[in-house]
Amino acid sequence: MSPAINFELRRRTFIAGTAVAAVTVGMSRKAAAQTAAPVGAESTTVFLTVNGEGRELTVDNRTTLLDALREHLQLTGTKKGCDHGQCGACTCTVNGTRVNSCLSLAVMHDGDEVETIEGIGAPDAMDPMQTAFVENDGFQCGYCTPGQIQSARAVLDEIRAGIPSHVTDDLTAEITITDAEIRERMSGNICRCGAYANILAAITQVAEDQA
Amino acid sequence: MYAFDFEKPTTVAEAVAALADDEAQPLSGGQTLIPTLKQRLAMPSKLVSLTGIAEMQGVCTNDAGQLCIGGATPHAVVAAEAASKYPALSALASNIGDPAVRNRGTIGGSVANNDPAACYPSAVLASGATVVTNNREIAADDYFQGLFSTALEEGEIITEVRFPVPQAANYQKFVQPASRFALVGVFVAKFADGVRVAVTGASNDGVFRWTEAEKALSANFSPDALNGLSVSADGMIGDLHGTPEYRAHLIAVMTKRAVAAAS
Ligand SMILES: Cc1cc2nc3c(=O)[nH]c(=O)nc-3n(C[C@H](O)[C@H](O)[C@H](O)COP(=O)(O)OP(=O)(O)OC[C@H]3O[C@@H](n4cnc5c(N)ncnc54)[C@H](O)[C@@H]3O)c2cc1C
Ligand code: FES
Ligand code: FES
Repeated sequence: MSPAINFELRRRTFIAGTAVAAVTVGMSRKAAAQTAAPVGAESTTVFLTVNGEGRELTVDNRTTLLDALREHLQLTGTKKGCDHGQCGACTCTVNGTRVNSCLSLAVMHDGDEVETIEGIGAPDAMDPMQTAFVENDGFQCGYCTPGQIQSARAVLDEIRAGIPSHVTDDLTAEITITDAEIRERMSGNICRCGAYANILAAITQVAEDQA
Repeated sequence: MYAFDFEKPTTVAEAVAALADDEAQPLSGGQTLIPTLKQRLAMPSKLVSLTGIAEMQGVCTNDAGQLCIGGATPHAVVAAEAASKYPALSALASNIGDPAVRNRGTIGGSVANNDPAACYPSAVLASGATVVTNNREIAADDYFQGLFSTALEEGEIITEVRFPVPQAANYQKFVQPASRFALVGVFVAKFADGVRVAVTGASNDGVFRWTEAEKALSANFSPDALNGLSVSADGMIGDLHGTPEYRAHLIAVMTKRAVAAAS
């Protein structure tokens, strides 16, 4: 991100922290993934509406929205690529806007509405964007695809809502859907297989169908 | 991450009270703080979420004609709502990271963090903006105090940033392609009483004003006014993306481009 920095740990109780670190190293991978924490001051019960269904869950405060979806609600359609906000594999929609679920904590979303790829469509009843990805071969391995589809749908919504992007010439005029607009707005979603050209074709197809 | 307590107050007063605890820390969009926590580079005892505070949201214009942006306003909202009033600021916001980052990341978080490669600090400094906190108003010139350091006291919250709107302005960012942060970014703002130029991404001391260019541009607001001016490579950041000399050179190039685009 930035130049090398000498960070300074903030909490004075650093010794306690290192002890925790030592314990974590000895734990199994599953335990270290922050699941099944006992309810205490550092756990919180949150209520989420996920794909239209109310879900109550008690999570360690450190649980990301992504881990809450995948590990607690078993909604594994949302993928973990980098876990650091860089790749977009974990993109899902919160209260109608797309976010990187790996860079949000579940406790920040009490009362929020979350939509994941599971809520968009099913194999026998696909969303038009899913159909377009299939028709245009908008993927190879498919790992980035749930995030790509979440973003792709949001791109068209954001353009319709008149939200400008960095490549929009006139910030106050109606936005025209160009390749450059779509590419810029999809820039947060990386595809290691390099299916970009076909992803662009799929999104363009849906935009044209909806025009 | 180390364990922490979590609170989500709905007013600034409640947030200030929650932050009075030892080692409590504000959490806004989390786009910087959550990765930092994951790397165990911070260990707050408590996170106080600012996103539920209505009085810290939104963009408006005050009686003095300044653009006032609530401290917890996401970049995407600034991009959309500042477009007609302060296009250069809107354009800056619309090129921070990617859309998902912009939907969560906030101006207060960016200005509080003062990353040497962040975009907003250059707009705040070049506009001569005022950073408003829960207990005072801080002029941009007094606010930024070097790499990741600011005038903020422990537990102090940025509630608003007030931007005087310049006659002409532009931000040019030379994007570090992997992170999309600024390798060098220059914000130029022309006011009735002179021009201000702020540079981000380049210096080991964080955002700074290029006063020599300000003087030249105040006399003649054109790219030609910068001919022959250069910045010393001393104190510039050097890393695998660019040497200090390269960054120093880019400052003059980006400043010229910003002036050309603004005039
Ligand atoms: C992939 C990616 C790309 C990015 N690219 C860019 C880029 O191109 N340009 C750029 O400028 N930034 C970029 N960022 C950073 C982004 O803009 C962050 O949103 C921003 O720096 C921090 O804002 P936040 O609201 O997420 O703050 P948080 O992460 O919540 O907090 C950051 C720090 O500020 C403190 N804080 C937060 N709000 C306040 C407040 N109101 N008052 C006092 N202290 C507060 C917190 O305690 C913490 O120390 C990028 C981030 C990511 C993940
Ligand atoms: S897993 Fe969230 S952005 Fe990569
Ligand atoms: S299809 Fe394999 S990463 Fe995109």
